[in-house]
Amino acid sequence: MLSIKEYQTVSSIAGPLMMVEMVDEAKYGHIVDIELADGSIRHGQILQVENDKVLVQVFEGTRGIDVENSTVRFLAKPLELAVSPEILGRVFSGLGEPKDDGPPIIPDKRLDINSKPINPYARNYPNEFIQTGISSIDGLNPLVRGQKLPIFSGAGLPHDQITAQLARQATVLGKAEAFAVVFAAMGITFEAAQFFINDLHETGAIERAVMFVNLANDPAIERIATPRFALTAAEYLAFELDMHVLVILNDMTNYCEALREISAARKEVPGRRGYPGYLYTDLATVYERAGRIKGKKGSITMVPVLTMPEDDKTHPVPDLTGYITEGQIILSRPLHRKAISPPVDVLPSLSRLKDKGIGEGKTREDHADLYNQLYAAYARGKEAQELATIMGEAALSEEDKKYMTFADKFEAEYVSQDYYDNRSVEQTLDLGWELLSMFDNVELKRIDIKLIEKYMPKFRKSEREA
Amino acid sequence: MADKKVGRIVKVAGPVVVAEGMTGVRMYDVVRVGNLNIIGEIVELRGDKASIQVYEETTGIGPGEPVTDTQVPLSVELGPGLIESIYDGIQRPLDLLMEAEGAFMSRGSLMPGLNREKKWHFQPVITDGTKVSPGDIIGHVQETTLIAHKIMVPFGISGTVHKIAEGDYTVDETVAVCKAEDGTENQLKLMQQWPVRNSREVKKRLTPNSLLITGQRVIDSFFPVSKGGTACIPGPFGTGKTVVQHQLAKWVDADVVVYVGCGERGNEMTDVLTEFPELKDPRSGEPLMKRSVLIANTSNMPVAAREASVYTGITIAEYFRDMGFTVAVMADSTSRWAEAMREISTRLEEMPAEEGYPAYLAARIAAFYERAGRVQCIGTPEREGTLSIIGAVSPPGGDLSDSVVQATLHVVKVFWSLEGRLAYQRHFPAISWLTSYSFYKDSLKDCFEDKEQGMEMEKMTVDAMGLLEQEAELLEIVRLVGAEALSPTDRLALETSRSIREDFLHQNAFHDIDTHTSMPKQYEMLKTILHFHKQGIVAIEAGVETADIFKLAVREDIARAKYIPQADMSKIVDIRKTIEEQMKKLHTSVAT
Repeated sequence: MLSIKEYQTVSSIAGPLMMVEMVDEAKYGHIVDIELADGSIRHGQILQVENDKVLVQVFEGTRGIDVENSTVRFLAKPLELAVSPEILGRVFSGLGEPKDDGPPIIPDKRLDINSKPINPYARNYPNEFIQTGISSIDGLNPLVRGQKLPIFSGAGLPHDQITAQLARQATVLGKAEAFAVVFAAMGITFEAAQFFINDLHETGAIERAVMFVNLANDPAIERIATPRFALTAAEYLAFELDMHVLVILNDMTNYCEALREISAARKEVPGRRGYPGYLYTDLATVYERAGRIKGKKGSITMVPVLTMPEDDKTHPVPDLTGYITEGQIILSRPLHRKAISPPVDVLPSLSRLKDKGIGEGKTREDHADLYNQLYAAYARGKEAQELATIMGEAALSEEDKKYMTFADKFEAEYVSQDYYDNRSVEQTLDLGWELLSMFDNVELKRIDIKLIEKYMPKFRKSEREA
Repeated sequence: MADKKVGRIVKVAGPVVVAEGMTGVRMYDVVRVGNLNIIGEIVELRGDKASIQVYEETTGIGPGEPVTDTQVPLSVELGPGLIESIYDGIQRPLDLLMEAEGAFMSRGSLMPGLNREKKWHFQPVITDGTKVSPGDIIGHVQETTLIAHKIMVPFGISGTVHKIAEGDYTVDETVAVCKAEDGTENQLKLMQQWPVRNSREVKKRLTPNSLLITGQRVIDSFFPVSKGGTACIPGPFGTGKTVVQHQLAKWVDADVVVYVGCGERGNEMTDVLTEFPELKDPRSGEPLMKRSVLIANTSNMPVAAREASVYTGITIAEYFRDMGFTVAVMADSTSRWAEAMREISTRLEEMPAEEGYPAYLAARIAAFYERAGRVQCIGTPEREGTLSIIGAVSPPGGDLSDSVVQATLHVVKVFWSLEGRLAYQRHFPAISWLTSYSFYKDSLKDCFEDKEQGMEMEKMTVDAMGLLEQEAELLEIVRLVGAEALSPTDRLALETSRSIREDFLHQNAFHDIDTHTSMPKQYEMLKTILHFHKQGIVAIEAGVETADIFKLAVREDIARAKYIPQADMSKIVDIRKTIEEQMKKLHTSVAT
């Protein structure tokens, strides 16, 4: 066991970084406490060690630290979160310290927040359908347990309402199991965080929630640790206490900006838009902690939220996120302007794990064919809409007009729903059939003819009459 | 090997560690780092200081800890037991690691790539006294129901074989002794080793001459890849790179498939792991797992091991190629491999080229793809093996001017361009027919037993492609002046192109029947669609309204032809008769 050593050998401070010299026994990744001249304590983590020189990132920022009178204590351990079942219902700071008025946590154990990668062989494939009650998700981009499905949003779009609705409504059909919500706020406003917390209060879900809150005016560098604290809590709840955990990370763009700040301070060669070249790997170590594990009852389902600068999907943060997560729900500003809520942009949204989570015995046998057809019809309707804006509706063929009407109805009736409207998956599917009933069978190429005969409302009626 | 070199760590920065006192170590030697004994590889030497890329997380490691040289380069173990295995980037078996350490990966684990306890039945094909040289086959092990693993003399060993005997052996037991002319004796085992960064030797390289049939219509008919060829699939996220890779791994007509999940999602590997033992190879009826080797170094696993994973994969593939097999490697995704190179390069403080990638990026990519090919294998009996590489590329923002895409396009012969636009319409596989290309199209005609059928198929694909190109132009006109301005034949061309797209190119990977289409069925399907087109032109010339042609009931049959099982293929031929009958009716109604 290494003893805790104190040094007063700070040699330089620049941005969020601090250099300490003449240190021995410093280990990469371990944490330090920095005691300022006035007795206050800051926290830091070792980013690099070279001989006796140690580079430390200071989570709370370096303002007020001086070179001569600061004491650095090397704690010889990585960042840890103290966990016990008591963490449920509590609010923590972005660095994992209790922030509400409750008592300190008496830890059952302390867990390294960096965890270890899940052995891919030990994973269980996510295939349990989660009913969110939101048609544009359940019907077209179903979420399954253990999936990571981000919401790509933009400034001024209602992602807070959607995440609150998800936390409120998400259930697995026909099962009553221990469920928990872990919420990590990274650089979001007090209002946004409070909206979510209040919503949990109203539904009583607060008892089953753990919150890690780093607000917009909290230290930016702290945000690098916040999602890892949240996920450590989630792993504890899921894989040790057998709970099904929904993790909401809001907002990952702020996280990446904090990472960029550190990278710039270290004078690293920047990648796209100044973000570090290792952004993909770093994000993966966050996102890949979602999942299910063989032999464990619990699961971690993750919904990261990120705001796309200028709604640009090719910006490094959404781009790299999309390469790691299992799909994405994209919110659209034009739809939001049309007062379609939630304004889910159906065509570029995607759930990669849907195919194994739906169908007979899970949702309904017609689910897959149905969403394929809805997509195809809506895509065609969208094309017609575009054509109409260029050349006027008069130039459209009869067929195109029909598809355009479909697209409008689809947005208004299927995509749009109240934030408190909790539709069952059957309702969502039937609504889809209802909308498709305006087409002839021949046009419904993506659906098995047997399913059309079974589920199409017009056939079902004739069956009843006969 | 008693006095292994021990150095001392002076610097730790993420996955790169610098150690001093390392005089005498060689570049790319494997070393053990720190008190945890984690695995690393030497990537830079300056005086007595060595920079080491470390294959595991370095948290908790600091200056002063020891570094031990193992004096061997990063190597893989080759022998019976590879098939059906799942390895991490440096050939540690993930299933055994889980048994030993639980669901999370610990550090410093040592686990040999091949099982040391399992006994294999060795059947010699040569007798004592036979003179052998490297690559010669001395016997077989039936590794799985599909793979008769050939035991070859390792490189660097030749002489006369003694004491060769049939029996049950573990991989490191001696099955024969090879006595060289100078009297030195080498023990031959079922297992050999090979450094991953060197390609295995071959007698002669040959040009690829036959197609790798994938059962994917857009690939086989329009942009085929050959046995021994190289292909790349770039595309933005959500366009189905991984689904295409999985489909190829499932249905490709190769003897051995090596699937490298390089820096990708954990759940995707789990998907492969749960599906492959259940899916049946359409040719043999055996589970696909019995011909597959999986390498899984997911995105959250250490980057340096990710860098090594593609080399581990290709080396295993080359080993099976040397036995004379048809081998296919799927690498998903090479961009993650390039990013791993970039990360290591940044930590080494090398001068970056484009987008922060190291200057040697293009050279490394080219050298990797160059390990593919059709070859005459070394050793007797004479045999030919092929190794195809299919690499996914994930360019940032789907931008094809990305360095990795460009470097890859310089070397590969087949380009499958995935388009976001197609994916949003749920047109899968979202391979764009206008921008993709293949240099192996000439071999398409040889895929048919019937020469004439082959020639016809080739002509049909040219016609179909012509229609699709015409469609792109016509749609431009429609956009400007409206559909009304088109002539009836142009309108028919538009409808036929739509039919080619929706009824032929579109293929549902998750449909039991549609997931795989044999070459003869592809021929029948395309022939039927084009038959409708030809008959349509005749009808238009006779004065039939295009609207009436488009309303024909047979079009639904054409659309559903893809769901007709392989065994009922005559039903597709019947559709062509129905087309003729229904067209005839139109003719008569015009005539009256």
